[in-house]
Amino acid sequence: MSLTGLFLTSFLVVHLIGNLQLLKADSGFSFNAYAVFMTTNPLIKTVSWGLYAIIILHAVKGLALAVENKKTRNVKYAVDAGNSNSHWTSRNMGILGTIILAFIVVHMSDFWFSYKFGETPWKKYTIEFANPEQINVEEISGVTKSVNIVSETHQVLIAKDLYLKVKETFSNVIFVIFYVLSMFAIMFHLWHGFASAFQSLGINHPKYNPLIRSLGIVMAVIVPLAFAIIPVYMFLN
Amino acid sequence: MKLTLKIWRQNNTQTKGELKTYQVDNITDDMSFLEMIDVLNEGLVQKNEGPVAFDHDCREGICGMCSMVINGKPHGPSDAVTTCQLHMREFKDGDTIFIEPFRANAFPVLKDLVVDRGAFDRIQQAGGFVSVNTSGNTIDANAIPVPKENADMAFDAATCIGCGACVAACKNSSAMLFVSAKVSQFALLPQGAPERKERVLKMVEQMDKEGFGACTNTGACAAECPKEISLENIARLNREYLSASFSSK
Ligand code: HEM
Ligand code: SF4
Ligand code: FES
Repeated sequence: MSLTGLFLTSFLVVHLIGNLQLLKADSGFSFNAYAVFMTTNPLIKTVSWGLYAIIILHAVKGLALAVENKKTRNVKYAVDAGNSNSHWTSRNMGILGTIILAFIVVHMSDFWFSYKFGETPWKKYTIEFANPEQINVEEISGVTKSVNIVSETHQVLIAKDLYLKVKETFSNVIFVIFYVLSMFAIMFHLWHGFASAFQSLGINHPKYNPLIRSLGIVMAVIVPLAFAIIPVYMFLN
Repeated sequence: MKLTLKIWRQNNTQTKGELKTYQVDNITDDMSFLEMIDVLNEGLVQKNEGPVAFDHDCREGICGMCSMVINGKPHGPSDAVTTCQLHMREFKDGDTIFIEPFRANAFPVLKDLVVDRGAFDRIQQAGGFVSVNTSGNTIDANAIPVPKENADMAFDAATCIGCGACVAACKNSSAMLFVSAKVSQFALLPQGAPERKERVLKMVEQMDKEGFGACTNTGACAAECPKEISLENIARLNREYLSASFSSK
C-alpha cells in the first residue's frame, strides 16, 4: 500500500504540472502539445500502463485490507469514541479511496477514452518565433496522426483538440462540482495517507518527521487545491 | 455521587450478551473506578444477583489486568492511566457511564467484562524472550556497554504491561503497538541481537494467526495506551520486519 500510494502521489505532481497548461491563454496550444507528448513518447506510454496497473493494485489491495480489518470485531462497541483518539480520515481510507476510484473511472472516460477512441476535432497551430505571442489556429479534418514540426522560424503542431473537450466538460457546472469534491476526497485521503506511507515503511525519525509533515501538507492540501482551481477557472472563463 | 451504569453482561463465550442498566449511590470522588464497581457488586450480592465479573490484580497500574472500555475509551477518559488508577472524580453526579469489555475477535469474552487475552501470551511465547540462562551465572549489568539513549528507549518499550488497550482502541483490532513494544525492547539492546530476525518474524506470524487486524496507522492505540508506548515502536517493528524478511534464510 505504501509504495503504490507514494507512486500515485508522485504521479499527481507530474499530472498537475501538465494540467496547469490548461490555464494558459493560448487556445490550448501548450496543453494539446503536452497531450501529444504524453500519448506518443514510448517511455511515457510504458509508464502510463504501469500507472493503470498500480491504481488497480492499490485499489484492490486497499479494499481487501479495509474488508479484512472490518472482520476482526464482530460485536461492535455501543459507544464509539473514535474521534477522541484518531483522525476521521484515517478511519475512512476505504471510503475515500472508493470515491477517488469512482472519480478516476469518470475522469478516464471523460478525457482519456474520448481522446484515444472517441471523436475529437483536430487543430493546426502555427507559431512564428519572431512573434510567439501570436498563435495561428485553424480547424482541420482528415488527419489521423499528430505532427509537430519545428523549424528555425516556425513551429507547426497538428493535434487532437483535447483542450476543447476539457473546456466543454468544464462548462457544465455539475462536472465542475464533481471534480472539486473529488479533489477534496484526494485531500483527505492524503491527509492521512502520505505520512502513513512513511510510517508503514518504518520511517519515523525526529530528524525527518518535520520534512515529511511539511511535504504532506503540500501533497495533501496544495496539490488537490491546485487541481481544483482548474475546473473552476475554466468554468468562470 | 449517584450514577447510572450500562454494563455489558454475558454469561460465557458461547452466549450472547447485552447491556444492562444499574444505579449506584454513595460513590465518592477518591474512589477508583474498580472500587465503584466493588460497591455496585456488594449491592448486587445482597440482592442475590450475580456480581459483574471483571479482571483486576495489582490495582496500581502494573499488571495490565483491569481491561474494560468506559464510554468508548479503553481504561476510561483519563490519559496514561489504567482503569484501576482512574478516579471517580473524573465523573459527575448523575452521569450515565457505559462499561463494555475489550472488543476484538482475538479477545473472546469469557464473562461480562472479562476477556481472554491468551493471544498475547502466545505471541510472547513465539519469540518475546532472550534464550539465556539466567540462573547461577548472572553477568554484571555493565559488562556489555549499552548507549544511554538506547537503554532509555528500550526501557520505555518495556513499560508495556500487555493490557490490550491498543487492540481495544484500534478499529482494526490490530496488536501492532503491543508487538512493537515487545520487539523493540530487545531490538534496541545487544542482548536481543542473536535472535533478532527470528524473533520479529515469529511474533508477527503468531500475531496474524491470532486474528488481529492489520495496522493502518490511525494512532488510536498510542492515544489510549496507559503506558504511552509511542508509534515510533511500530515504525521500528516495520523496519525490523522488512529487513528480517529480506535477509532471513
Ligand atoms: C489519486 C490516487 C491515490 C493516491 C495518490 C493514493 C495514495 C495513498 C497513500 C499514500 C496511502 C497510504 C499508504 C500506507 O499507509 O501505507 C493510501 C492508502 C490507501 N488507499 Fe489510496 N491512493 C489513491 C487512490 C486510491 C483508490 C482508488 C483506492 C480504493 C478504491 C484507495 C484505497 C486506499 C486504502 C483503502 C488505503 C488504506 C490504508 C489505510 O487505511 O491506511 N486509494 N493511498
Ligand atoms: S502497548 Fe500499551 S495499550 Fe498496548 S498492551 Fe502495551 S501497555 Fe497496553
Ligand atoms: S489491576 Fe493491575 S493494572 Fe489495573
